[in-house]
Amino acid sequence: MTDTVTPSRPYELSHLEALEAEAVFIMREVAAELERPVLLFSGGKDSIVLLRLAEKAFRPGKFPFPIMHIDTGHNFTEALEFRDRRIAELGERLIVASVQEAIDSGLVVEETGPRASRNRLQTAALLKAIEDHGFDAAFGGARRDEEKARAKERVFSFRDEFGQWDPKTQRPELWNLYNGRIRKGEHVRAFPISNWTEMDVWQYIAREALEVPNIYFAHQREVFERDGMLLAVSPFVPLLPDETPFTTTVRYRTVGDMSCTGAVESHASTLEEVILEVAATRITERGATRADDKFSEAAMEDRKREGYF
Amino acid sequence: MELLRFSTAGSVDDGKSTLIGRLLYDSKAIFEDQLEAVERSSRQRGLEYTNLALLTDGLRAEREQGITIDVAYRYFATPKRKFIIADTPGHVQYTRNMVTGASTADLAIVLVDARKGLLEQSRRHAFIATLLHIPHIVVCINKMDLVDWNEEVYERIKDEFRAIATRLEVADVTFIPVSALHGDNVVDRSVNMPWYRGLPLLTHLEEVYIASDRNLIDVRFPVQYVIRPHSDAHHDYRGYAGQVAGGTLKAGDEIVVLPSGLTSRIASVDSFDGPIDEAFPPMSVTIRLTDDLDVSRGDMICRPHNHAEVTQDLDAMVCWMVDRPLRAGTKLALKHTTRTTRAVVRELRYRMDINTLRRDEVADSLTLNEIGRITLRTTTPVMVDEYRRNRTTGSFILMDEATNDTVAAGMILGTALS
Repeated sequence: MTDTVTPSRPYELSHLEALEAEAVFIMREVAAELERPVLLFSGGKDSIVLLRLAEKAFRPGKFPFPIMHIDTGHNFTEALEFRDRRIAELGERLIVASVQEAIDSGLVVEETGPRASRNRLQTAALLKAIEDHGFDAAFGGARRDEEKARAKERVFSFRDEFGQWDPKTQRPELWNLYNGRIRKGEHVRAFPISNWTEMDVWQYIAREALEVPNIYFAHQREVFERDGMLLAVSPFVPLLPDETPFTTTVRYRTVGDMSCTGAVESHASTLEEVILEVAATRITERGATRADDKFSEAAMEDRKREGYF
Repeated sequence: MELLRFSTAGSVDDGKSTLIGRLLYDSKAIFEDQLEAVERSSRQRGLEYTNLALLTDGLRAEREQGITIDVAYRYFATPKRKFIIADTPGHVQYTRNMVTGASTADLAIVLVDARKGLLEQSRRHAFIATLLHIPHIVVCINKMDLVDWNEEVYERIKDEFRAIATRLEVADVTFIPVSALHGDNVVDRSVNMPWYRGLPLLTHLEEVYIASDRNLIDVRFPVQYVIRPHSDAHHDYRGYAGQVAGGTLKAGDEIVVLPSGLTSRIASVDSFDGPIDEAFPPMSVTIRLTDDLDVSRGDMICRPHNHAEVTQDLDAMVCWMVDRPLRAGTKLALKHTTRTTRAVVRELRYRMDINTLRRDEVADSLTLNEIGRITLRTTTPVMVDEYRRNRTTGSFILMDEATNDTVAAGMILGTALS
C-alpha cells in the first residue's frame, strides 16, 4: 500500500488527490455559503487532516473561521501539547470550550462511578459554544467508514435549533450541490472527509508529512483491561476491584477522551509501520478503541441525534 | 490508485446485499467486529443466515423495518483501485434516493434476477442510470445457479436489455452472469459458466476505463471563493478558487468571465503546494488573472470561443423529491454550480412514467419521486451546458425557500425559448 508515491498518469488523479479536491471544495463551499463557521479540532488524526485541507483551501489567506477544541479535561497531555504547537504554527485563532466549566456552571452533571465518562457531556459543551459564539456551521472530521449511522449522514448535515440530527429528514445530497440554507439558530455540521477511510487518512498524513501526537505510535504505557479494551491508567478512571494495571507496548488508533478511548497492542513506531498495521487489521477503529459505541447497536445514532459530533 | 464511484440499486430479494457483501468480504473490507455484530443481530432476529444487509442498514428504523431507506456509502479497495459504493434502495418510492446515489457515480450496477428476466425494477434502474448519465452500466444477471447456469437465459436477458437500451441513451453496457450467493463471476471466474468469456465483476470494476469520462475539452471553471489575504506579504493577491468542471487551464490561456463577458489571461494556477502547470477536472485550484477584473462567486471562467451558454430559460428533466407537488408557477431557489438564484416553473411539458418510459403530456403536476420535463425561468442568468456534455455545469438543484429543503434534482437539456 505505497501508492501515494506513484505519480499520476496525465490528466488522472490518484484517489488521495481526488479526495483532497473534493474536501477542499466542501470547505470553500461552507465558507462561502455560511456566515460563521468554526472548525472542530480534537488533536486526533482526522482533525489534523482537516487543518491541512483548510490550508489547501484558503492559503495564502487566513482561515475564514476559528478553530475550536471541546476540552473534556480528560485529555492526553501529548494531544494538548500538540494542539497548542500546531495552532501556533498555523497562526490561527483557537477557542477552547471546556466541559469542566460546563460542569462547574451547572449546565451538565458529571457522571459518577468507575465507568463515568465525559464523552457524552461534550455534546452539551459543544452546543453551548456553538450558541454562545453564534456559529452556523461546524467542520468535523467524521468519516462514513467509521460507523454505520455515519455511513448515512450527509456531508452538509443539518442540525435544528436544539442541535439535533434527524436521520429521517435529511436533505438529499446531489452531485456537489450542497444545500447550506438554514434559519436562525439552526446550524450545519460539515464533514469534508466523509468519503475517506482510516487508510486514506494515514496515507494522506504520510504524503503530506504531517506531524501527529506521538501516542499514535507504539510506546510503553501502564494500562488495564476493561470490556476487552486496554484503557490507560489515569487519575480520571478509577480501577474496579478486579482490574490490575500492567505495562505493555501500545499505540492509539483514535485520540479521544482518556476515559473511553482504548489503546491497541502494537509495535508500529513509524508512519509506514502504522499504515502496514492498518492494512492488516481485521477490526474497525471504533470497535477496537471506543467504549462509547459498545452500549448498543444504535449508540452512535442516538448520540448524534442529541447533537454529538 | 484511481477512485471509482459506483451505485447499486435493489431490494431485499434480488441479491444486492449478498453481492455487495461478497465484494466487501472478499476484498477484506468487512471487519471481524462488524461481522460479529451482524451475526449477532441476525440471530436476534431469528434468521438462520447472516443477513449482510444489516451491515449497510445503519439506521435504527431501517433495522427495525428490515428495509433500506436511505443511501449508504461503503468503501473498499483492491491493490488496483479504491471504490466508493452508493448503495440505494430499489423500490419506486425511493426513486429520489436512487437519483441521489446515481448523481456522483461513474458506474451503475443493475441487477437482474435470471429467473425473472427484466422486471419493472431493473428497467427503472437502467432508466435512472441513463437519465443521470452514468457513463458505464454493468448488468449483473444474478442467481444463475437457479437456472442451471444456462447460457440461453443469459442471452435472452441480454437481448431484452438491448431492446430497451435502444430507447435510452446508454453509454457503455457490460453484461455479467453471476451467482452472488456462490461467488461465481463476482471476484473469481466461474467454473460453472465456461461459455462466458468476459471478466468477473470485480476485475471489470478494477479495469473499466473512466479517465475519458470527464470533459477535458470545454473549459469551465465556476468561481467558488475569492481569496484576498490583505496581508503585508500578499497585499495585492486576488485569487479565484474553485474546482475545475471541464477542460484544462494553464498560465497564459485567454479566458472570458461570464456573465460579464470581460476577457483576460490566466496569470497563474496556484495551489498550497505551489503553481500548477495545468489544472483539469476535478482539481480544486486557485486562478489568478493578469487583469484586475470584478469577478465573484457564481461567475464562470471559460474560453472566449468556447463557453457555457448564458441564459435565464432552462429546459430540463427533474426528479421531484417532496410531497408538495410541482406545478407551473411554482417558485423556488435554484443552485447551479456555485450560483444560487430564484426560478419559476414555466411549464410542465410531460411526466415520465419511469416503468414504461411513456410520456404523460396531460399531467399538470409532479409529486414525490416523479420525473418530468419542465421549463424554468431564472431571475438572474446562469451559465449552463447540456447535462450530457457536462454533469457539473449541466445539473442543478431546486430548494424550497420556505422550508429550505432540497426539493428537486435537475438535468439540463438545453435553453428554452423564452
